[in-house]
Amino acid sequence: MISIVQTYGSMLLSALGKTLLLTLLSLVFAMIIGMIFALMNVGKNRAFNLAGTVYVDAVRGVPLIVLAYFIYFGVPAGIKMIGIQDFRLTALQAGTIALAMNCGAYMAEIIRAGIESVDRGQMEASRSLGLTYGKSMRLVVLPQAIRTMIPSIINQFIITLKDTSILSVIGFPELTNMGKTISGNTFKSLETWAIVGIMYMIVIVTLSKVAKRVERRVNRGR
Amino acid sequence: MVDNRIMIHVENLKKDFGKLEVLKDISIEIETGEVVVLLGPSGSGKSTFLRCINQLEQATSGTIVVDGKNITDKHTDINKVREEIGMVFQHFNLFPHKNVLENVILAPVELKRMTKEEAKEKGMQLLKRVGLESKSDAYPSQLSGGQKQRVAIARALAMNPAIMLFDEPTSALDPEMVGEVLNVMQELVADGMTMVVVTHEIGFAREVADRVVFMDAGYIVEQGRPEEIFNNPKEARTIDFLNKVL
Repeated sequence: MISIVQTYGSMLLSALGKTLLLTLLSLVFAMIIGMIFALMNVGKNRAFNLAGTVYVDAVRGVPLIVLAYFIYFGVPAGIKMIGIQDFRLTALQAGTIALAMNCGAYMAEIIRAGIESVDRGQMEASRSLGLTYGKSMRLVVLPQAIRTMIPSIINQFIITLKDTSILSVIGFPELTNMGKTISGNTFKSLETWAIVGIMYMIVIVTLSKVAKRVERRVNRGR
Repeated sequence: MVDNRIMIHVENLKKDFGKLEVLKDISIEIETGEVVVLLGPSGSGKSTFLRCINQLEQATSGTIVVDGKNITDKHTDINKVREEIGMVFQHFNLFPHKNVLENVILAPVELKRMTKEEAKEKGMQLLKRVGLESKSDAYPSQLSGGQKQRVAIARALAMNPAIMLFDEPTSALDPEMVGEVLNVMQELVADGMTMVVVTHEIGFAREVADRVVFMDAGYIVEQGRPEEIFNNPKEARTIDFLNKVL
């Protein structure tokens, strides 16, 4: 075990860095996607409602690994068919898109549920003062919705972090992929996967502790 | 056609919720400075009617003209008209994430009626008027029901509305807090505010209303001066209702 840490320690750390980078990028885009589709879903426009539902159902209905293959191999192949030859996605780009789409669908549901948890009277009171729908949403409804959403969002962050390991299948050199390489080179499966597992665990436990503190701070002002 | 004394003009208003017809045919004119109390059994459509006046409920058909603006016309900017119509709700609907003063100044500042400093000054005056200037930093959760409702009234007044709508403002209050809210409302009456009030407070209606409108099953059944309606009701449904509540 120690020999693995000595030989591969820096590589494992840089792979962990890549895992975190992928997580962070995906989350940023997932929040944007989630917010857009959640707002489409809670509004009154039927076409938007439909688009929102279709997106969420479609993405949730496909395993992440299939989505990743589709974006990394399928999409460039499709683009080639329409005559553009040298379109390629890096593993990081494809991975970010796949994870952001996947996480975004769940995020949309979390945000929608959060918005719907806010009493209807809040929107009505705000509208009765002459504020527009958008301003009422931004100033009155969303700040209250976010409080109820925080535990679920944190949970989703953690799931996304773990899901990055699935993207080892498209060759992105994140932590799980590095684990495969090391165990292949050293034939020390037990030690390698134990180390990789512990690394994930440390990051996730730390994150959830930080998240708990944030949650407490946000709730204090109530 | 345009009569400056008429603040709210409603003609053949109908409102359905799916198959349920809540308002069947409402026509009424309310003058500037008039205080109208809507009475009626639950389900008679009084709250729905009130909510149609600022289009929180969209009319199914009919015409509503408020202060010369036809709000049932799709081209009217309803947000602009709502700035002139304050509304007070049964369940207060204060913004729980903002303190009392922030609740009051949110709309005037966001709608660029005044700077934040001006709004704060005006907000404090309003809070003083409802007897709550000492609570300006408190959050709604720290207030009693009566205090919440008084803040809600101050919040609605902050936009300098021409009309105030009250939707059962005292129904969610403990009995000992009803008085403080009615007092604030009475002061508004004294200031000449145009008010439409849905309430079960017969005493308030008797004392301050210019006109009592009795509604049942989506129609206006009877209306008149409070003393006429309470002492000498003509319609059987009004008599029946008053027998139950008086």
